[in-house]
Amino acid sequence: MNKTILHGVHSELGASFTDFGGWDMPVRYGSDLAEHNAVRTSAGLFDISHMGEIFISGPEAGSYLDSKLINASSAIKIGKAKYSMLLNESAGIIDDLIVYRLAEEKFLIVANASNKDAVFEDLKNHDFDCRVEDQSDQWSMIALQGPKSNEVINRHTKTEVGIGYYSIEENQIESNEVLIARTGYTGEDGFEIYCQNDAAIAIWKILVDAPEVTPCGLAARDSLRLEAGMPLYGNELDAETQPAEAGLAKVVSNPGDFQGSKNLSSPTKKLIGLMGDGKRAARAGYKLFQGDQEIGEITSGILSPTLAKPIAMAYTTELTLEPGEKIMVDIRGNMQEFLVTALPFYKRGS
Amino acid sequence: MYPETYKYSKEHEWVSVDGDIATVGITSYAADALGDVVFLDLPKVGDDTMYLKICGEIESTKSVSELYSPINGEVIEVNDAITTTPEVVNQDPHGEGWLFKVKFTELSSELMTAAEYQEMVG
Repeated sequence: MNKTILHGVHSELGASFTDFGGWDMPVRYGSDLAEHNAVRTSAGLFDISHMGEIFISGPEAGSYLDSKLINASSAIKIGKAKYSMLLNESAGIIDDLIVYRLAEEKFLIVANASNKDAVFEDLKNHDFDCRVEDQSDQWSMIALQGPKSNEVINRHTKTEVGIGYYSIEENQIESNEVLIARTGYTGEDGFEIYCQNDAAIAIWKILVDAPEVTPCGLAARDSLRLEAGMPLYGNELDAETQPAEAGLAKVVSNPGDFQGSKNLSSPTKKLIGLMGDGKRAARAGYKLFQGDQEIGEITSGILSPTLAKPIAMAYTTELTLEPGEKIMVDIRGNMQEFLVTALPFYKRGS
Repeated sequence: MYPETYKYSKEHEWVSVDGDIATVGITSYAADALGDVVFLDLPKVGDDTMYLKICGEIESTKSVSELYSPINGEVIEVNDAITTTPEVVNQDPHGEGWLFKVKFTELSSELMTAAEYQEMVG
């Protein structure tokens, strides 16, 4: 199994590990609820070095990406980022991505660990004047997330981090060269820090030593993103799902033709949010019902640590279901009522 | 780490005997593997429990697991306190995080000593 550069540091911190996309990743260091709450109220630090970094550079880098992705990379301003997707020819999702424009002719694509190879394979052959390089093996990625993140990071950067949400800049953390992006997967303010592997341990230790910061594992990352209504590839997104079905029709904003665009079609299913009462989570795979009729399936579900209620995302074939309507979920033989709820379940400052 | 006076099942429950009353809980190994416990579905007073038969459920933030009884008997008391504070199961699995008590006549000979259980979980 793959290990990140920080694996030994996690072991020293007493982490439990889990296989995630072929990577042996920390699932929690102690209590995943405490880690979750640290991100909501202070700051949490995540090793996300399993994610893939693919660089596209050259005069036609922007126009090449415009021919591949669901929104127009050439329209991204230097230093800005966009959430995007790469589709297959049938318009199913190969991966959801963040595209950063680092320079006029240089883009960074961050892919999910389990899909990185598929994304690179899909992008590497082309007729455009640009180079596609998978540099995932050289880069580590550390996320600092939570309301205290800005205060913590600015104690250690060479110059004040001056960027807004979905932006990226070059900086230094105690003399280590980094790219700092104001992005994340938790629903909080925060940063994703890209560095060369040999700087990762130093940067991790600088940040984890801050009194506001709690090291956090994938369990907290999953509960945080679900509260924030963010999809997870493999749960809400897959190669048979189109962006509009996942509620992401807005993201499809590329004015030109792009890979899969000719096969975008009317949705046959709809992603919905669900909220219940009590303490029993509706978990992935549990079925949705209206009366006797099965109308869908949970894709992700937990007892929300912040809201103290069960929350879930699910696909339904009932395309007209709207927030405020009630459905039933079969929780291991018990039918429990859930309210269709607009996403996200949690917004910062709420 | 595992109390010497307890007996242990291969499904990671512990049993502490006092006369004909046995107190049942899950081991620290099981509690750690589950992660934070957020919901417990425990047997009710008067229920009969059967050795290695399902008698409830334990939900953690990440998963739901079946609870197996380590003993044949009749439930005489349930730890109601932990249904409102399930985190106690993680904080003190071998003590305040006990789950239920049963009146019993015989312990299974398959139950392990602390040393045997320690060896099983490694």
